Parts: sequence; structure tokens; C-alpha cells
Amino acid sequence: MKEHLLRLSGLEPFTLTADIPFVNVGERTNVTGSARFRKLITNRDYAAALEVARSQVENGAQVIDVNMDEGLIDSKAAMVEFLNLVAAEPDIARVPVMIDSSKWEVIEAGLKCVQGKPIVNSISLKEGEEAFIHHATLCLAYGAAAVVMAFDEQGQADSYQRKIDICARAYKVLTEKVGFPPEDIIFDPNIFAIATGIEEHNNYGVDFIEATRWIRQNLPHAHISGGVSNLSFSFRGNEPVREAMHAVFLYHAIQAGMDMGIVNAGQLAVYDQIDPDLREACEDVVLNRTPEATERMLEIAERFKGGAREEKARDLSWREWPVEKRLEHALVNGITEFIEADTEEARLAAERPLHVIEGPLMAGMNVVGDLFGAGKMFLPQVVKSARVMKQAVAVLLPFMEEEKRLNGGTERESAGKILMATVKGDVHDIGKNIVGVVLACNNYEIIDLGVMVPSQKIIDVARAEKVDAIGLSGLITPSLDEMVHMASEMEREGFDIPLLIGGATTSRVHTAVKIAPRYTHSQAVYVTDASRAVGVVGELLSPERKVAYIDQIRAEYKDVAERHERAEAAKRRLAIAEARRNAYKVDWSGYSVPAPGFTGCRAIADWDLAEIARYIDWTPFFQTWELKGVFPRILDDEKQGAAARQLYEDAQAMLARIIAEKWFHPRAAVGFWPANTVGDDIVLYSGEDRVHPLATLHTLRQQTMKRDGRPNVALSDFVAPEGTVKDWVGAFVVTAGPEEAEIAARYERANDDYAAIMVKALADRFAEAMAELLHERVRKDYWGYAADETFAPTDLVGEPYRGIRPAPGYPAQPDHTEKVTLFKLLDAEATTGVTLTESMAMWPGSSVSGIYIGHPEAYYFGVAKVERDQVADYARRKGMTVEEAERWLAPILNYTPGQTEAA
Amino acid sequence: MLSFRLPRSKTFDALEKIARERIVILDGAMGTQIQNLGLSEEDYAGHSGCACHIHSDHPQKGNNDLLILTQPQAIEDIHYRYAMAGADIVETNTFSSTTIAQADYAMEDKVFELNVEGARIARRAMDRATAADGRPRFVAGAVGPTNRTASISPDVNDPGYRAVTFDDLRIAYGEQVRGLIAGGADLILIETIFDTLNAKAAIFACLEAFAEHGERLPLMISGTITDASGRTLSGQTPTAFWYSVKHAQPFTVGLNCALGAAAMRPHLSELASVADTRICAYPNAGLPNAFGQYDEGPDDTAKQVADFAREGLVNVVGGCCGTTPDHIRAIAEAVRPFAPRQI
Repeated sequence: MKEHLLRLSGLEPFTLTADIPFVNVGERTNVTGSARFRKLITNRDYAAALEVARSQVENGAQVIDVNMDEGLIDSKAAMVEFLNLVAAEPDIARVPVMIDSSKWEVIEAGLKCVQGKPIVNSISLKEGEEAFIHHATLCLAYGAAAVVMAFDEQGQADSYQRKIDICARAYKVLTEKVGFPPEDIIFDPNIFAIATGIEEHNNYGVDFIEATRWIRQNLPHAHISGGVSNLSFSFRGNEPVREAMHAVFLYHAIQAGMDMGIVNAGQLAVYDQIDPDLREACEDVVLNRTPEATERMLEIAERFKGGAREEKARDLSWREWPVEKRLEHALVNGITEFIEADTEEARLAAERPLHVIEGPLMAGMNVVGDLFGAGKMFLPQVVKSARVMKQAVAVLLPFMEEEKRLNGGTERESAGKILMATVKGDVHDIGKNIVGVVLACNNYEIIDLGVMVPSQKIIDVARAEKVDAIGLSGLITPSLDEMVHMASEMEREGFDIPLLIGGATTSRVHTAVKIAPRYTHSQAVYVTDASRAVGVVGELLSPERKVAYIDQIRAEYKDVAERHERAEAAKRRLAIAEARRNAYKVDWSGYSVPAPGFTGCRAIADWDLAEIARYIDWTPFFQTWELKGVFPRILDDEKQGAAARQLYEDAQAMLARIIAEKWFHPRAAVGFWPANTVGDDIVLYSGEDRVHPLATLHTLRQQTMKRDGRPNVALSDFVAPEGTVKDWVGAFVVTAGPEEAEIAARYERANDDYAAIMVKALADRFAEAMAELLHERVRKDYWGYAADETFAPTDLVGEPYRGIRPAPGYPAQPDHTEKVTLFKLLDAEATTGVTLTESMAMWPGSSVSGIYIGHPEAYYFGVAKVERDQVADYARRKGMTVEEAERWLAPILNYTPGQTEAA
Repeated sequence: MLSFRLPRSKTFDALEKIARERIVILDGAMGTQIQNLGLSEEDYAGHSGCACHIHSDHPQKGNNDLLILTQPQAIEDIHYRYAMAGADIVETNTFSSTTIAQADYAMEDKVFELNVEGARIARRAMDRATAADGRPRFVAGAVGPTNRTASISPDVNDPGYRAVTFDDLRIAYGEQVRGLIAGGADLILIETIFDTLNAKAAIFACLEAFAEHGERLPLMISGTITDASGRTLSGQTPTAFWYSVKHAQPFTVGLNCALGAAAMRPHLSELASVADTRICAYPNAGLPNAFGQYDEGPDDTAKQVADFAREGLVNVVGGCCGTTPDHIRAIAEAVRPFAPRQI
């Protein structure tokens, strides 16, 4: 806690930790840097000015710079008004502000308006030591950090020596005479234009970089910032060259210790991607490596002016196009920047606001739909398009309502109303949200009831809203039964609208065998993924094609069901007694495993988000977005590569904010107990004397007929039987925390489904990464049976280590109710805040639980289908009725419960 | 001129010594104790003919701070009861003694006197208590949030409007704090902060008053979180709140009032994990019932506060609305086995 870190705040805290290499200060709310912002402030268009601030924060600015220094503006009044308005916008006020002015009275007026801890930009020794001390003391009294310019009574520091002399002097005054915390000092050693043709300027880049290095080494805890755009002043008008110069300069300055800057991150070249010739020339001028550097730079600059870099520079030529084409361009490219103005322009030209939606906006979305269908656009891009569409519709909505109010006119004709819900007991909704967004893009009206929706609510809303179809989603296996129940209920209630089934555990076979037969008034249809949803719904709701389509589905499902039945009949299962005889046989004689470092359970709270992030396995992340392939190869995939790269970049940007701003508060519980097996059960003892059983973990055994001497495995095979040797078993629950839901909801309210889905997908990855990280700590430390293990986080994806962590509800132990035992053992609700729903799903959804088994031969397997005899035995062991056990094991039963056993 | 290089008052060493050894005890609610006195309008304004009588056209019933001038003995007795129940620090009865808060009663011109006398009365009660048992006692000058917010517009149609500015607050707080120091307050407690900008103005006013006084007094800073969102009324998270007031180098930072101890726990825990100073907590006696009364008994509140201590979250504890000398006695008893939080 005593670390000297720069700590700032808006409504939320920001700490400049070692994990953050560079703080990006948003520069677009600066009238001296942005002509657009200057115009907005001059015209007193504060609403639009706030949007500029908002978009900066949305685009990842960790601090926003506010500067009102313009001759024609009352700077002080504008500063106060703007900061007061910002205070009323939680999306913006979230981040700290940098109060930027060359006039102290403007700065002081600004300091009186912010409740958080801001940065003052700037103070200096320009007017002498007394004024400097006065200003610095006031910064401290108002609770602000300060940018200190390398400027003294003689003027601005232009050489290395002057820079470090002035900074050293300022540092001494601040820390010794003012009592200013050194971590709150941010030096700006002045970035000046280089390659100007004036020889004295050639070393300015080097002077800054070297001064930075000296300050970081000699003035403890102080930070370095600077306005980068000055550097390339002499190349005004040649954006590709300017961006390259900035990127090269920052590359070297950051290495020297520059950790903050006022830059437009969106307009920065990637160092590695700069043309080698250009990069070489930039390095020469920035580092002043040769006397000919400027000359060479001027030559090469001409070449790059209209060259290859230009396509990457912001091409705004499309802004000249007619409004319809502009809307299409914005939709296809996911650009929200101009959408409100363009929509407004289209509305003014249209007879009715509705015509804008039916006309240019739908035309644009059709282009998106066509490109998506043709595989030329990928899901993340489509979701971005949907964001643009939503914002455009939001502009039109008030006008449409007004029109409706005036003439009682008709509502907007949507392609159909679809009710979407994650069924009762289940909390997973990423997939459902994606389908909802894709359908919405195609002009369907979506009523999303969220997660854990009881069947009665779905039925009530479906009836009240007269929906045209219902879409159900679920990820955990008990949801399958809930969907069957839902189908029966719809049948009973006399519905005749299509029922769509989707989600990770659902399948065409399950839908055909279990769901579709319960709902005969219309059709239950399995939807593989979001890209199919539009096609399926289109067919089902088309008056002309509907009947033929349903007939086709029915024929297909009948065939699937019959083949399934034949296949099941053909698969012979072993009697459970026989399966047990063919168990996996571990040689326990001579086996010994160290005792864990502690027994009983512990809560673990010391999670470092940055550390967890290193353990993320990205492949499943791309699967969430329906991009199929292995990371990192997927980034270079011929077809999906571009989309994957963009997605990955967006994910990294959000990840950086999650870490920097501590969006998640992960928690975990872990425990170990002396354990031995009795039959197919693992008995946990309360003491090392192994006399008093504490709990029993029940396992299920494979009953499939095996060939080639392969065993019929149960998890209990990997734990030492009672009376052989001492063994232990561990258990864990980890969660990324409940914050994701609130953050996602906030994005949804801001019509940003892309970010909403992104944050959930990342929260899931965090939970999985925590499980991996915790497992490593267990092996190396808590249990310590593999203390010498040296795998890098990325190696862990292939599970090369000793021991397993099977999770209840997954193939090796498909019974979700085993979580109850785990949660009780770990007191997990109290220590992690994770709760179990009635269907045994964990809430928050980004949570993982499981047990630890340490034997080197232990491996993951699937129990697959089980027989009546094992279920009866299992029910007895668990103290359940057979019916109850059958209900929880429904997805893996190899028989139909209730029917008498077939011969 | 402001300075962060002022000498420290002698209270620092005395308080720091106690705070190193054990959890320091703060007093409980003043309002509930005053309510129990069942005072009339005449009691509030002072009896006519008496020198303390306040001439005003405004009714004064409910202006609890005014009792400093009109019922000084009653207030002193309440302070004394808290001190004898185990409080090391008692708060002056000056929560609303600023020109801004007293404007409701048209008592702006009494503000300086209220603060001077408020500190003196508490001082007298503490001296009596110390004479009785030999334990040192401290007077914390209580500085409330006022009834206006500097960060939030009261007019939904004009989000840029402010009913009070930083400078209005700075000046009002300045007058209060100068009065408290003149009356002999040992510390300044800026409490029930729902808008951090108000608190920053109070801090600024303290720094100005300390500079005039020639030494600085220990500051205690206490926010309040009443929303389920876990943020202050003005929208800050506990960590953001701490970063905003850290420059005051307070003797303690903490939380008070709000929804009782149980609801306070997660926010207190967050604050304790980030703040490199002592942590102070003085919750309400649970939630008020349908009649606005607090039902939580001394043992209930004490048990929850002791949980804070057991977890090593706190250095100073006490009570807010609904707590009584019995609550403070129970709290002092319950936290005794636990060591103060390590900083």
C-alpha cells in the first residue's frame, strides 16, 4: 500500500501500475488540438462536445485532457461549464481529467469542479520559484497530480542538460519545499519539431529521450509525458510520415521511460508494420544518427505521401458520397462517428422517418447480411454493424413516436417478433445475445427476456406480445430438460409458433429425439449457430415457404431419430458389475504422494488480473465468436484472419482496461482432504487418521463395451483405495466475479452489444484462466506434488502437467449435483459469492469448479451413456430416489426412464 | 499561505500512541440522545428572560446544533456519558453548524459561536471524564456535508447548474473550522460525505485554517455509501473516494452512517485494502424501522463491529444514527480482544 504509484480518480480509480506501459491521454477535448472541438465549444454545442469526450473514453482513453485555451472563448467559463456537464455523465466522469491550460486561473477554476483526483497540465518555474511553489501547493491542496514543464525563468529547456537541470531543480523544490508526493509529478521535458532543416533541431528527439532516461533513473517515482505531435511539425500534411515518426519516437521514448502522452492512439502506425525504408529514415531523424538524416527523410517523405500507407491513413473521401451510400458505408464498416448526423440528414430528406429505416438503413443491412452470408464478413464485424444500426434507429425513434402520436399511425413493420430467453436454471447468454443481434440486424424485433427465465414467463410474454417465434438457449445439460418441458408447455397452452433451440449442449439429435416430438402444433428447430438463425427464421416465418420447410425438417428429424434409436440399440453396454471388473488398474504398491501443504479449505483473494490474463487460452474465445481455428494460427487464417485479428485487437484493448481499471474482482476457494476410494466413491476424511468420513464424492463409470483391453474408467480409479496408501483429493471454485453482468448491461444500454458480448466472453476466459493458474499453484505449492514444474502459461493449454481437475457436469462426471458437495466442502458461497441455481448452474456464469486428482496416470474421459443398473446403484449411494437420479442424469441415460426394461 | 510543511499539533503523538496499542473508540449518535430529551420549541430556542434566549422568527425545534447555546448542560452530559461508556474521541454537536446548513433556521450569524461553544462543551465533558478515570480523551470537531452538493445539479433539466460552489463551501467550512479550533477541538472530523467535492472544499478550508493557526490538527475523513451500487451519492467507488482525499494525509479514512454495519462491510474492506492510513468505521444501529427508529440493540451492533475488528479492517470504531452509550460500551467491550489493523 505504501508503493509510490500515481493514483488518480474520476468516479472510478486509476492506478498507474508497472503493468501499464503507457497511459493514453485523450486529446480530442482540447480546443488547441482539435478544430472540431474548438468549433463545438465556440458554438456552445456542449451536447456534441460531451459526445467527443464520451467516444474518447469508449475508445480507451484512460485520462481525458480538457483544454479551452482559445482567444475567442471565455476559457474559464468554458472550463467550468464543460467540467460540470461532464460530472453529470457517469460514462465520461468515470475516468480522471487532465485540466489543461496555460492560464493558472483557468486551471484553478477547473480544480474547483472535479470531485476526483485530476492532473493539472501544467505548472513550471517559468515565473520563478515563488509562483511555482504557490501553484504546486494549490495543486496539492485541491488534490491533483501535476505535469511539470521543463521551463524556467530563462525559457523552455531545449538541450539535454537544460532539461535535466530544470527537472532536477523542480523535483527538489516540489519534494523538499512543498511536500509534493514524487509519484504525483509528471515531467514534460518538451518535445520539439525535428527534421526542420535547422541543424540545432536535429538532436531534439535524442535530447528528449535521453532526458527521459535520466529523469527516470535519478528522480524517483516521477513520470514522463509529452505532446508527441510537435515532433513531426515540419511534415504537416503528410500524415503517413507523421504517424511513422510518432510511432518510432514513442517506441524509443517508452523504452527510456516515457509513460504518459497526449496522443491520438487511433492515428498511430504500428512500429513493426512501418515500411522498412521509412522506418529506417524515421529512426535516423529521431535518433539523429547521421547528418544526412533530414535530407533523406525529405526525399523519402515524398515517396510515402501518396504511397502504400495512405490506405491506412484515415480515408474520409466517403464523406463526399450521397447520404444513402454513406449510411451503407458506416453500416458495413461499423463506423458510428457520423451516423447520427447522417441519419438526421436522411430523415430530413425523407417523407417519413420510417422510410429511412425501410430504405437506406435496411439496404445497408442487407449488404451486411449478404457479405456475412458469403463469408466475407465475420460475426464481430456484423455485431459492430448492429451497433451502428441501433444508434441510427435511436435517432429516428423519437420522430417516429411523435408521428405516431400525431396521427395514430401504424407501427414500424418489422420482419417479425422473436422472443429470446435462456431457460430457467441457466445463466449463459453470450450465444443467445449474438443470435439476437444478428436477427435484429435483419429487421426482426427481438424481445430478450434474459437468463434464468421460467417457462410461465416465456409463455405469458409470448402471448402478450404476440411473438412470431420463440428462441431458447442453454449451455448446461439440465437446460436440455427444461427445453423439453418448455416444448410440452407450449403444446399444452396451444401455441403454434416455431420454437428455436440453440446453445452449447443442444444438438440436432436431442432436438429431433426429445424436443420436437413434444411439440406437434408447430416445429422445434435446432439452430447450429448464429449465422444460420436468419435463414431458419426467414423460412419459418415466410407464409409461402413455411409449410414446405417444416415438412422438410420433420422428415429430416424423423430420420435422425430413427438412426439414433438403431445406433443406441446396437451399442452394447456392460452390466455395471462387469464394467467395474474392467476398471483402470493403478499399481498402488510403492505409490506415494506428498501431503498437501494444508487440509481443509481456504479462500484466495490475492488475484492479479494481469497475471491471470497470461493464462488465457484464446482458442475458445474465438469459438465464442464462431471463428473456428486454433490460436494463434487463426490470426493468419486466409479467410477468417482479418476478422480474427480485429477481434483480437479489440479484445486486447478491452483486456488492458479490465486489468488497468480492475473491472473484475476474482475470488477463489480451494481445499484438500485426506481421501481414499470405496468402490466407485471417493471418501474424504475429516482427519489424517482417516476414521471420520467428511463427505463423499460420487463418480460414474463408463459402461460402453470396450475393445483392445481398454478399461471402463471412473474418476475413482485414480484415487488410492481404502487400505492401500495415503491419498488426498482437492476441490476448487473460481470466479471472475459478478461485475461482468453489470458492465455488459451498461454497454447494452449504450447500444453497444459488441462490447457487451466482448466483456462476457472475456470474463469467461478469465474464469478458465484462473482455474489453470490455480491448478498450477496447487501442483507447485498448495499440494506441492510437482514443485519443480516449469511450464510457461502458454504451455499449459495442452495440459502437459501431472494430475487433472475434472468439473462436475462435464464428461468425466456428468452429474451436476456433485457441485453441492463441492460447494459445501469449500463453503464456496460465502467465500467466493458464487451460488448454484436450481439447475446447478453457477452464478456468476464466469465461474469454474472441480476436484483435483494428483495421480500421474489420471486423465480426462467421457462417461458416455449409462445403464439402468448403474443409475439405481448411484441413486442409492447418493441417497436420491431413482427418479431424481434419472432426472439429473437424463442426458446420459441409455434407456427411457419409466419404461420397463426392454429384453 | 497554504503549506504542507506545518508542525503537527501535540494531539498527533498522543493519539498515535493509543492507536498503535489498540482500537480507538469513537462516540455514538447525538440525535437519538437529543430526541430522548423530548425538547419543545421553547427548549430549543431557550427560555425567554434567560440570557441564552435566541430571538428568531423561524421555529428552531429540530435545530439540534443550537442546543449548544440553549441547553449546554444537556449536551455536555451526553458527551460525558459517551466518554464514560468508553469513547476516546467524542464529536462536537456541530454537524450542521455552517452558514449553509443553518440558513434553514436563519441562524447564519450564530455559526462561529456554535462551533466555539460546541468544542468547549465537549472539552469540558472530556476533562470531567479524564478526571474521573485518568484516561486521555479527545474532542473531534464534527464537520457535516451541508445540505447541498457541489458535484450534482439539483435541476434535472440543467445538469451544468450548481446550487453551491466549491468556494461557497470553502468559505462556510472555513468559518466552522476556525470556530472549532478556537474552542479547543483536538481533531477535525469531516463526516457523512456523500459528495467528495464538498469534502475536498472542507479539506481545503482546514488547510487554510491550519496555516493561520500555525500547526495542523489530525483530520478524520468519513464517507457514506447508501446505494446498493456501492458508490457515494456523487458516484464514486470507495477506492476512487480514497484517491480523491488522500492528499489531506488524514489520520483516518472510513465510512459512517448508511445502512448499518453489515451493508458497510464490503465497502470498508475495499477501503482497507487501498488506504495507507488508519481506517475508521461508525455505522448506524442497523436500518430504521417503519417508524424511523433503530431497533438494533447494543449487542447486535457490537457483534458486527467486532467482526470488522476480527478481520483486521479497523483502527477506530464507534456508532452513528441510533446508537447509544450502551452501544458504545458494548462495542468497546467487543473489540477489546482484537489488535488494530496494521497499516
